[in-house]
Amino acid sequence: MSAAAPLLEAADLHVWIEGSHILQGVSLTVPDHGVTALLGRNGVGKTTTVRALLGLVPRTGRVSFDGEDITARPTHAIVSRGIGYVPEERGIFSALTVAENLRLAERRPGAPRYALVHELFPELAARADQPAGTLSGGQQQMLAIGRALLNDDRLLIVDEPTKGLAPRIVREVADAVARAAERVPVLLVEQNLSLVRRTADQAVVLDAGRVVHTGPAPGLLDDADRVRALLGVARAAAAGGPEGRRTA
Amino acid sequence: MSTVLLLAVTGLGLGALYFLIASGLSLIFGLMDVLNFAHGAFLAIGAYGTWWAADHLPGAGPAGFGFAVAVAFGVAAGTLAAALVELCVIRPLYGRHREQILATVGLSLAVPALLQAVWGADPLPFPKPGLVRGAVSFLGVNIPRDRFLLILAAAAVFAALWLFNSRTRYGLIVRAGVQDRAMVTALGIDVRRSFTLVFAIGGAAAALAGSLGGLYFGVVTPTQGLSLLIFAFIVVVIGGTTSLTGCAIASVAVGLIQQFANYYTVAGLGDIAVVIVLALVLLTRQGGLTARKSAERVA
Repeated sequence: MSAAAPLLEAADLHVWIEGSHILQGVSLTVPDHGVTALLGRNGVGKTTTVRALLGLVPRTGRVSFDGEDITARPTHAIVSRGIGYVPEERGIFSALTVAENLRLAERRPGAPRYALVHELFPELAARADQPAGTLSGGQQQMLAIGRALLNDDRLLIVDEPTKGLAPRIVREVADAVARAAERVPVLLVEQNLSLVRRTADQAVVLDAGRVVHTGPAPGLLDDADRVRALLGVARAAAAGGPEGRRTA
Repeated sequence: MSTVLLLAVTGLGLGALYFLIASGLSLIFGLMDVLNFAHGAFLAIGAYGTWWAADHLPGAGPAGFGFAVAVAFGVAAGTLAAALVELCVIRPLYGRHREQILATVGLSLAVPALLQAVWGADPLPFPKPGLVRGAVSFLGVNIPRDRFLLILAAAAVFAALWLFNSRTRYGLIVRAGVQDRAMVTALGIDVRRSFTLVFAIGGAAAALAGSLGGLYFGVVTPTQGLSLLIFAFIVVVIGGTTSLTGCAIASVAVGLIQQFANYYTVAGLGDIAVVIVLALVLLTRQGGLTARKSAERVA
């Protein structure tokens, strides 16, 4: 981890959903640069962790952003401090047009980075007046990422951006995430280890609602036995197998 | 032919009244998922506010521009009441549907009781400006002028709400919030501010219905809002709970069905006919007439 103060810090997060203890004391830090990958098998609490960080689910523990305790803040106030968020299910408003989806995300009038978004995803400009619900899955993911990049945020949280996408689209989305990571620190929840290998500096691994590993991502991903033990993937994938290969 | 024309225009007038009430209900339910049984109270406040202002407010009066001032006062009173109800009663109860119903039903009973305590239970004669007194002769039919005012007001409110939904940032937030409120907040938007605004807009439309309803019925009574609210709920269900267009179509349909059924069958059967239509819609199209179109939209 960086020696500098972390940008985002979570301490002892607990989340209960319908009686189940989903997060059991998750503590993690996200430095103010690079990509931090949040890894783990399906159902270990990665998405719940992200939602807890943003206050989208009731939780106990402490969350601070840039040194400020934001635990008690409502979601909109947390995000307004400079966090772009791409949820696992994309969170596209299907009845709104592409342009309206982007306009809705504008937080500071006059400052939205449409040039950047349209440079990364030219299709969004071409389809500005199209209802977002009629876009393909890949186009919707581009819109979700574009929307999160619209503001000059200080952290980008991206939850499973390649999930369910065709390999060609995976490459485009991975490129966009990599480009975004050059500008802003990213907390990336991802099971596609090719994308993690390509972009991540740090890795936090969850298992059964607890953090079981924290450290440099390359060190983890180069250790196939450890990857298999922590993430449950085959040796080939751990060693940089076919693009799109996911953890179990 | 002349009877049909008369029934059609009076039915449209009644439908316009229903639309003014139901449009606010639809907006509030669509965005906030709140079944607001206190909506009739905003109507009563608007009606009594107009009635009171016409006699007591400086600059207001029972005729001409003075009546417009009285209506503006009534609408302002209803809007303020709605905003206060959202801030003080509804806001602490978001996501708690049972408590919301109990609180709003309580308000729907308390406000008429309060009005009755102050001004009595008897119907009070409502001022009627000269402009909307009497009837207009059209194709040989004498049509009450106030029906045209109601239709014009409803059309203006429909246009204003359509513009609000489609052209303003708050409208954008409302349309997005209908689909996924949590995601709207995750974009950094304080959706609660929109809730207050939507509640106030709904209250304003209901209060306007109260003011113009006074013209339609010629009197105001403390329970006027309660009886009209039942039909407004029917309109919202028939039209589709989140569709403004569906709401307008259902309002017109309910108003016309009531008028024609009451005239051509037995007085009172119009209400039953509306309930039958409601049952048919619920049995055949559970999301209302515009179910497919309105699943995720308010416009």
